[in-house]
Amino acid sequence: MEQTLADTAVQTAAAAPALGQADALAELPERTLWQDAWRRFRKHRMARTGLVVYLLLVTLVLVGPFVWRVNVLDIDFMASNAGPSPVHPLGADDLGRDTLARVLNGGRVSVAVGIAAMVVSITLGSLVGSLSGYFGTWVDIVLMRITEVFLSIPQLPVLLLITYLFRQVFVNALGPNLGVFVMIVSVLGGLNWMSTARLVRAGFLTLREREFVEACRVLGVGHGRIIFRHILPNTLSPIIVAATLAVGSSMIAEATLSFLGLGFPPDFPTWGRLLNDALNYLTINPMMALVPGTMIFLAVLSINFIGDGLRDALDPRRGA
Amino acid sequence: MTQYLIRRLLIAIPTLLLISFVVYMILALAPGDPLSQFATNPEVPPEVRESIRHQLGLDQPPTVRYVKWLVSFAQGDWGFSFASRVPVLWLIGTRIKTTLLVIGGAYVLAILIAIPVGIATSVRQYSLFDQIVTTLSFVGFSSPTFFTGVVLIIVFSVTLGWLPMIYDQTTTEPIAMVKQMIMPVVVLALFQAATLSRFVRASMLDNLGQDYVRTARAKGLDENRVVMRHVLRNALFPVVTLVALQLPTVFTGAVVTEQIFRVPGIGALLITSIQSNDTPVVLGIVLIFSVLVVVCTLLSDILYGVLDPRVKYS
Repeated sequence: MEQTLADTAVQTAAAAPALGQADALAELPERTLWQDAWRRFRKHRMARTGLVVYLLLVTLVLVGPFVWRVNVLDIDFMASNAGPSPVHPLGADDLGRDTLARVLNGGRVSVAVGIAAMVVSITLGSLVGSLSGYFGTWVDIVLMRITEVFLSIPQLPVLLLITYLFRQVFVNALGPNLGVFVMIVSVLGGLNWMSTARLVRAGFLTLREREFVEACRVLGVGHGRIIFRHILPNTLSPIIVAATLAVGSSMIAEATLSFLGLGFPPDFPTWGRLLNDALNYLTINPMMALVPGTMIFLAVLSINFIGDGLRDALDPRRGA
Repeated sequence: MTQYLIRRLLIAIPTLLLISFVVYMILALAPGDPLSQFATNPEVPPEVRESIRHQLGLDQPPTVRYVKWLVSFAQGDWGFSFASRVPVLWLIGTRIKTTLLVIGGAYVLAILIAIPVGIATSVRQYSLFDQIVTTLSFVGFSSPTFFTGVVLIIVFSVTLGWLPMIYDQTTTEPIAMVKQMIMPVVVLALFQAATLSRFVRASMLDNLGQDYVRTARAKGLDENRVVMRHVLRNALFPVVTLVALQLPTVFTGAVVTEQIFRVPGIGALLITSIQSNDTPVVLGIVLIFSVLVVVCTLLSDILYGVLDPRVKYS
């Protein structure tokens, strides 16, 4: 509390000289909130680099398989554990399958899991947070109790447990690949919504007392509309930052599961799975581990930098 | 304080019960069957299978089994492993020493790195050193342990041949024991140190801007004393709570590290038990992790109040 007061004091002091330039400011073209944020984001060097690297990675895995048309399952025993060559630019695995093709195709899954799991966790978190913060009373108590229980669950062991035990159910219902994808995305999302819920709830607690919400109520706007049209958009900044970081943490979680052999099936290459396959051949074929590992690392690092930049850019109190 | 403690404990116990119930039900309702290994074996007729099922109590409804399990669990009887027919408690006991050794070593190392680095970067905020460390710590907590572990193996075991690739529990030679612990400990420690050092830095910066620091400097104390005696003491309160709060994450992180270096700890035990449907062992380990999460959260709250008398519990 003291800290925030001190912060405000600093900002008012900093804002004072700017007032004198009000006339000059009036001349400037109008800027929206998002343009402002984008301008601040671009000034953040590492965040800018992160964005470029992440977009490059996504383009690479989206376009790559159309350019490098080697089948991920093509077995070539002559090239078993081969090093880089014109035929296999990044070498091949123990069965002679092309590492470049496997990494490019596997990246699609890893990137897709990251984004899909983020959507699940952010949707759940926003929903729980807004209901809890808006209605308060017993709704708040019950939802926050549930949130606390979820926070006390040891994430990784339970994640491993569910993906192992319920794999067959999903596979039977949706087929081997889609089934595992849906299972992993829903479990990752379902165990990772709590921090978002708390952030959104905190935003709602202050916003619901504001005049514009009162005005909505007086005008007879329904609860649903007040929540989703009027209050939720005002809590977007922390949600966007949380969403960005959730993409990275979901990618790590998926890679961890696959690395432990409890994620996607062996013939379905994801970056974590490729790394797991490579573990037995580290002495003779280090390339097989380094390529997918570097991809995971680059993706997560760039996402974390983007998140850091967004945090600064979307928080008006941090100044330009 | 006492009242607060009692209230927190009253919340913690139902939370643990709920988690144990949920985990038990996940296991009980899952399609896997611990007796599936007999299903395909023609030597075991269905009647025998049923009698084994009955003997193990698997023919009773899950809720009844949960209550029975909970009662004996509370009395220290954690049952027998389906896979290896030894008591669960004994099995976990043999494995946990290795895990504690690796994790304990890693966490101590992480703290020993993080605190000096955090202090140095906060004192010279925005200096070249600070910028380098900031970038490195970003790299540190963005690189998953399974990647850093693999890189370390390739560099130090495969290329240089300095350290063993696989953890061998049977070694009694002290040098070999230390050598095989280096990589698992370093991998875990670097990851934790990256997060912790950022936190120490932030907490130091918060305090360096306070009035009492100006007072201390105005009294004519030398900068060293101001930073190490006055600021550090205040800056460490939130750090201590974070250290307690992060402990369960370090523990679960060990599941991955143990897999990379083939360390025979409880993380590795958890994975093999899940894969062989060994329900009693899985339950025991998951419960240990849950207790750890709840206890560490409680501990960090209490520590905060004990260390910082300004914190009032309500």
